[in-house]
Amino acid sequence: MAMLEVTKLGISFGGLRAVDDLSMEIEKGGLVGLIGPNGAGKTTVFNMLTGVYRPTDGGIRLGGENLIGKKPHEICKMGVARTFQNIRLFGKLSVLDNVKVGLHNEVTYSLVESVLHLGSYGKKERAMDEKVLDILKVFGLEGKADVLASNLPYGQQRKLEIARALATDPKLLLLDEPAAGMNPNETGELMETIKLVREKYGVTILLIEHDMKLVTGICEYLYVLNFGKLLAEGTPKEVLNNPEVITAYLGE
Amino acid sequence: MTFLSYLISGISLGSVYAIIALGYTMVYGIAKMLNFAHGDVIMVGAYISFCATSYLGLSPLVSVVLAILVCTVLGIVIERLAYKPLRQAPALAVLITAIGVSYFLQNAALLIWKSDPKTFSAVAGGSIKLFGGELTISAVTIVTVVSCIVIMVGLTLFTGHTKMGTAMRAVSEDKGAAQLMGINVNTTISVTFAIGSGLAAIAGVLLCSAYPTLMPTTGSMPGIKAFTAAVFGGIGSIPGAMLGGILLGVIEIFSKAYISTQLSDAIVFAVLIVVLLVKPDGLLGKHVSEKV
Repeated sequence: MAMLEVTKLGISFGGLRAVDDLSMEIEKGGLVGLIGPNGAGKTTVFNMLTGVYRPTDGGIRLGGENLIGKKPHEICKMGVARTFQNIRLFGKLSVLDNVKVGLHNEVTYSLVESVLHLGSYGKKERAMDEKVLDILKVFGLEGKADVLASNLPYGQQRKLEIARALATDPKLLLLDEPAAGMNPNETGELMETIKLVREKYGVTILLIEHDMKLVTGICEYLYVLNFGKLLAEGTPKEVLNNPEVITAYLGE
Repeated sequence: MTFLSYLISGISLGSVYAIIALGYTMVYGIAKMLNFAHGDVIMVGAYISFCATSYLGLSPLVSVVLAILVCTVLGIVIERLAYKPLRQAPALAVLITAIGVSYFLQNAALLIWKSDPKTFSAVAGGSIKLFGGELTISAVTIVTVVSCIVIMVGLTLFTGHTKMGTAMRAVSEDKGAAQLMGINVNTTISVTFAIGSGLAAIAGVLLCSAYPTLMPTTGSMPGIKAFTAAVFGGIGSIPGAMLGGILLGVIEIFSKAYISTQLSDAIVFAVLIVVLLVKPDGLLGKHVSEKV
């Protein structure tokens, strides 16, 4: 059974049909790209997958479970995590705390325990810190744990967003333009990190990206959106040689 | 010695303002709204404590706990019924609703407890004398200052080191992103109101222990002053609310003692205006520049 099943998904904002009749299927452990020109509706798809927007029609299933009508924090608990096109870290929180927010679902100690430092509080808190440091190591951020997120350089902020999303223990990780604003070296490094994340955490990844080097370098399968509709799908090679895709990107 | 005694009463009054201001500042920080009904929750807390001791004969400590419980529930109910439906509404609509809730609470209190002032008996009696009887510090003053310090330390630990505290800081920065990280924003806001209202109950009891006249409008002036204190210290900042509250209390008592009793409120607000002209974000507020 597919990890993510999207069937005939559509959403209208008043008279504007932002996404129409979109069907996708991603296998467990897949690394899939969602590409398309600006304004094609890619981020809108992410917003529907995470419950920020409620689709007008169609269905979304994660590992067989229905996601339509669920609230964003519930969908997060079910195993969908994301990053944002424009970075949305908690700037006034430390790097460590940003990732800890992601661990929110896992913490089981009660309010009283945490205020009075009773019972298993200390043990769990230490276990959490370790888990956070573990994740930070993957991104080479372990030395920055106490730095405020807003003081990190841009490239590391992008990485921290992925780290924070991973902390929620997702089955499906949605990356919205992870390489935006990166130079070719940083992009290369990011590609390695994404591959590593998939192997180490066994997550399924769907990413939006304009950087064709990244898309063709790591994605196994691509969906191409144009004007909210699915224009093409297939392996990167098939898709990029598809005349319709070339027209959509470059014009006639 | 009189100076010292004025300073101590200033700090004591300021501590009450600070506890109230914490409620304003936390709710503002997290829900981004000004809860003008906060002052009236203080009044409800004081009435509950009054009824528990005078009519039910409970001990002062039990009455305080009861007042905290009632106000905590009241805070959650107010948020659910009056503010939650307006989460997406413009800020002005929420502000007007808060003023409405404030009048509602005052008039409900008028119906239940009538307009004649009640005499509140202090939760702690006695006093200590220092310097051969020249300086008297009442037990209420000590209790007030100590509670204020304990609350301040407790809240700082809570927001800094607990899961709910971290969630609160996350929600205060970016509701949307916090929600997508699995945080239930509604629960977080409810908890904030619960804490703020529980603190208001404590403030009500302490306030009426020092100034024992209890009426349905008792909470409104301290509420406004505590709001001023929160703005003075930098709204949204917990240490700011503390500092603002205590400074405001001290300024108020000093103006009453050395300048004029009648003008003391005017002086307090004049100081606020000057501070805001010089530092628009308040004493400890951080300047947030809008991205263009």
